[in-house]
Amino acid sequence: MLTSRALVRGLKSGFWRPLSSTSSVQAAHGKDMSPDVLDPSVPQYNNRLDTPLSDVPFVRNLNSEQRQLKEKEKGPWTKLTKEEKIALYRLTHELTYPEMRRGSSEWKTVLGGVFIFLGFSGMLVWWQRIFVFGEVPHTLSDEWVEKQTQRMIDMRINPIGGFAYHWDYVKKQWK
Amino acid sequence: MRNWGGSVVHFNWRHTVYGYVQSCYTPLAQRCYSHGGKLESDEEFDARWVTYFNKADIDAWELRKGMNTLIGYDLVPEPKILEAALRACRRLDDLASAMRILEAVKDKSGPHKKIYPYLIQELRPTLDELGISTPEELGMD
Repeated sequence: MLTSRALVRGLKSGFWRPLSSTSSVQAAHGKDMSPDVLDPSVPQYNNRLDTPLSDVPFVRNLNSEQRQLKEKEKGPWTKLTKEEKIALYRLTHELTYPEMRRGSSEWKTVLGGVFIFLGFSGMLVWWQRIFVFGEVPHTLSDEWVEKQTQRMIDMRINPIGGFAYHWDYVKKQWK
Repeated sequence: MRNWGGSVVHFNWRHTVYGYVQSCYTPLAQRCYSHGGKLESDEEFDARWVTYFNKADIDAWELRKGMNTLIGYDLVPEPKILEAALRACRRLDDLASAMRILEAVKDKSGPHKKIYPYLIQELRPTLDELGISTPEELGMD
């Protein structure tokens, strides 16, 4: 888990956003001042579609403003402004359901990476063809193949179902 | 119709206040008791859950457990269950959970887009009384 943290920080932030609140998101919100959030033996916050109410709220160490808001929450909710309601929600939950369901553009990165590496391999193969491989054997030259084909026709190679079958010996051409 | 979990799913056709038949997909969460026990009906299921959330001194853990379990079932809860749950949130001074419950049932309806507006329509008096804003009203969708 620690190595994956480093990995996440090293990569472009927008593409590698995990669904559960680990690593970079924790660091961004600073909700784990204490190391106990890394400890799987204590209840953890998680964003899950099938678990609407998580074991612990997202932000646990409230500053004084947030504490005041929490006090206000004990009164009638009709008195809360929209921003306060949103703030209260965000204190307890990191992501809304639509945010959880939102896909990422990671596939574009992956596909692009795949193509880049395929292209690079293609480059290598091409270079190899030009600079590494020697000439093809002389028996593959047009001249040789011509003579070879003529010889095969004369020898009547596979006259029933194969090679010479396709040569018309009367008209002296391929059928 | 049976789903893969083995519980029987029915579609209940209900009449809304406007008089046309609204298909409210509240399947029966009938557990197929292998020991031959009586299958629970719709109303019993609902009543059980309403009683659960109506407990006067419900605590936060019980609310969370109840809600998470309810969302785990293959159904969208009835408005009366949700109303009881929202009132439980009020007793616990937890607006965020109330909003989360609304989001969760909307998500639970899946492709059936008519369920959530129906639920909100049924819950409107409760929402107004308690001052709960829907996520849509707050622009969180």
